Amino acid sequence: MHRFLKDKEHLVRMAALFAAGAILFLILQAVLVPKGFGVYGHYRAGALADNRVRAPRFAGRTACVECHTDERDAWKGGKHAGVGCEACHGALAKHAEEPSASNAFKPDPKTICFTCHLANVAKPKNFPQIDPKNHFDGGACDGCHSTHAPDKGPAK
Amino acid sequence: MEEGLLHAVQGFMYPNEVELQWSILIVLYPFTTGLVAGAFILASLERVFNVAAVKPTYRLALLSALAFLLVAPLPLQLHLGHPERSFEMYLTPHTSSAMAMFGFIYLWYLMAVLVLEIWLDYRKDMVLLARSETGWKKTLYRVLTLGVDNISEESLRIDDKLGRFITIVGIPSAFLLHGYVGFIFGSIKANPWWSTPVMPIVFLFSAIVSGIALVLLMYMLVSFLKGIPIDMPCVDTIARYLMYAFLIDFSLEMLDLIHRIYEADESFKSLDFMVHTRLYTSQILVQIIFGTIVPISMLAFIQVVKLSEAARKGIYVLAGMLTLMGIFAMRWNVVIGGQLFSKSFLGYTTYKMAFATKEGLLPAILLMLLPFGILWVLVKLLPPFDVEKAAV
Amino acid sequence: MSSDRRDFLLTAGKLLVLTAPAAAYLEAMETGKAVEPAYKTAEHYWGMIVDVEKCIGCGNCVRACKTENDVPLEPYFFRTWVERYHVAGAAEHPDVDSPDGGFNGFPEKYAAGDGAKSFFVPKLCNQCAHSPCTQVCPVGATFESPDGAVLVDKTYCLGCRYCVQACPYGCRFIDPRTKTVDKCNLCYHRITKGLTTACCESCPTGARQLVDLKDPKDPVHEFLRTHKIQVLKPQLATGAKVFYNGLDGSVR
Repeated sequence: MHRFLKDKEHLVRMAALFAAGAILFLILQAVLVPKGFGVYGHYRAGALADNRVRAPRFAGRTACVECHTDERDAWKGGKHAGVGCEACHGALAKHAEEPSASNAFKPDPKTICFTCHLANVAKPKNFPQIDPKNHFDGGACDGCHSTHAPDKGPAK
Repeated sequence: MEEGLLHAVQGFMYPNEVELQWSILIVLYPFTTGLVAGAFILASLERVFNVAAVKPTYRLALLSALAFLLVAPLPLQLHLGHPERSFEMYLTPHTSSAMAMFGFIYLWYLMAVLVLEIWLDYRKDMVLLARSETGWKKTLYRVLTLGVDNISEESLRIDDKLGRFITIVGIPSAFLLHGYVGFIFGSIKANPWWSTPVMPIVFLFSAIVSGIALVLLMYMLVSFLKGIPIDMPCVDTIARYLMYAFLIDFSLEMLDLIHRIYEADESFKSLDFMVHTRLYTSQILVQIIFGTIVPISMLAFIQVVKLSEAARKGIYVLAGMLTLMGIFAMRWNVVIGGQLFSKSFLGYTTYKMAFATKEGLLPAILLMLLPFGILWVLVKLLPPFDVEKAAV
Repeated sequence: MSSDRRDFLLTAGKLLVLTAPAAAYLEAMETGKAVEPAYKTAEHYWGMIVDVEKCIGCGNCVRACKTENDVPLEPYFFRTWVERYHVAGAAEHPDVDSPDGGFNGFPEKYAAGDGAKSFFVPKLCNQCAHSPCTQVCPVGATFESPDGAVLVDKTYCLGCRYCVQACPYGCRFIDPRTKTVDKCNLCYHRITKGLTTACCESCPTGARQLVDLKDPKDPVHEFLRTHKIQVLKPQLATGAKVFYNGLDGSVR
């Protein structure tokens, strides 16, 4: 053995250094890889839960109609039945959570309707759209249309 | 934030595309790793293919490669959103990601090829210096020799054999080092400017070209600074290899270009417009004309017409510098060019390079100067020319 | 076994079985809300249908998404956006614009009767089944969840931007606040609670609809069977799971 290693000691020491480095690397890897990595795939299993942590800002229409039954009846019977409440009233999860603590946003009927119904060449032809200059007297939309059921007149 | 960047958009870009993702720092990275691979391959010419003429540059080429390889990851670290997490690439490498696997290729090349080869080649010198030096230098050399004082004929013979083996392994490793960087770009099907199977090969040959040019210039500079006469057969040979490599590199790039023009697929019109407008200066003028055709012509001219030693030296310096400029431009055109056009093929944006920001021109310049600083230290510690001569 | 011991075991077993619903009942009484059944990823495989023929370019989805997901308001960062196409003649040269991603709708810039066709196309992450972005991530910070959503692990992402380069659809961006990548995650925090995505919830015309491909009762199956459906950039074989109805050939 000693004869074999004669003149090769520097190589042995270098090899030992490399081996020590490799072992250190393996130890670090075992210690530092986050828990749950690789359980479902090449990612940290906890990331799935992390992506679910956010609190919703939109409540969803089923939440609104739990309380607002009158509006629901009007809405369900008209042409806006497919439009969600928050499409016009904005994000209302806080209000659904704590109705008294957070007021719902009431959009301005003179402007909100144009978000969808202002005439635009790129909109589908069969979609109801108007040019306010040519649409009757151009007053507030809810003067003639019920906001929740626009094919019906406003509630008297 | 890039306020006003929207004004520089021509046509239509997907909204998230307007701001460039990869900056000049990412251009530096293939440039430096290319220099490393090229310098190493030149060094291996002597060791493995016994091209004796280039022997004077052997050690300098290795030291240059080491200096640049040490700096190579730095622009990447500056660029990352979270550089403190970069070790994750070693902890949980995603084997389908070329970038992740490159971390291991880099480590392999640095430790198992370059460091080992330099160590084996310099071991005798380091032992001699450990014996003759005093103070902290003595300690340093003793550490570098791993405390072994044996430089018998037999041990040196073993070193030489092992070194030769490592060089043989090192050549495909160097190919892999820079070919992989090419693959990092070439494998992205989403980007037609990058996606081509020849990308690794083009990157590799342009790396060889840049590395040879670097060693040529370094050798002439270091010899000049140390007052050592330049070995003309050496530089003549190096210049010839530079020309050969350049001809292959240029042919490959032209092949890719001709192929694109001929097939004219859905991306062609958009890319063609980009090359003729936003990329005109860097691609046509700097890379192709002044960075490739002019140096090749100069080097070819020398093969045909006999010129004096002084004239050849001048041409080598000029051709070398133009070459480095041209290869840098090639990296720029790939990285930046690949982000100037929209993936909708309907629009273009601009690259607004800042100066004194994290990813601006100033850090880029400093990072390119750093390897020369490191090389200066290495040359002082591990003289590339004979120990006796250097001690004078 | 003696009848006493058997009786004891049976009673104990019955009591044990009742503890779970009992616990749920008690918790429901405490919080006053119904406790949701646990979400099982294996029971779902998410996608989306986008009906180009229904999109009116109102921008509700863009605003809702930025609100719901806290997306930076600058015009360079979008989890979803809407594009307007104006195609006169050859489909090879459409006129496309997306002012602030459609956040404030689309001011009119074309005249009716100019002989061109125009329409809106909502865009978002296509939640690819063979996603090129997850393929290139060096560390596993972005991934395909078992239920078909492509998600980002913000605590693990390096911000190297390789995935942004690899996405053919331009749906990824770097959040300047966290310096990590961000993109549409199909409102994962909502869909795992039985809600729909913010964009689908606020879309007034039903142009966007979340679909669960694993649910046999989901209308997506019938829809895919009865309409001419396309995905974006099919030649790249990304396995995109956002299905477009009425997609014109000029769309990029």
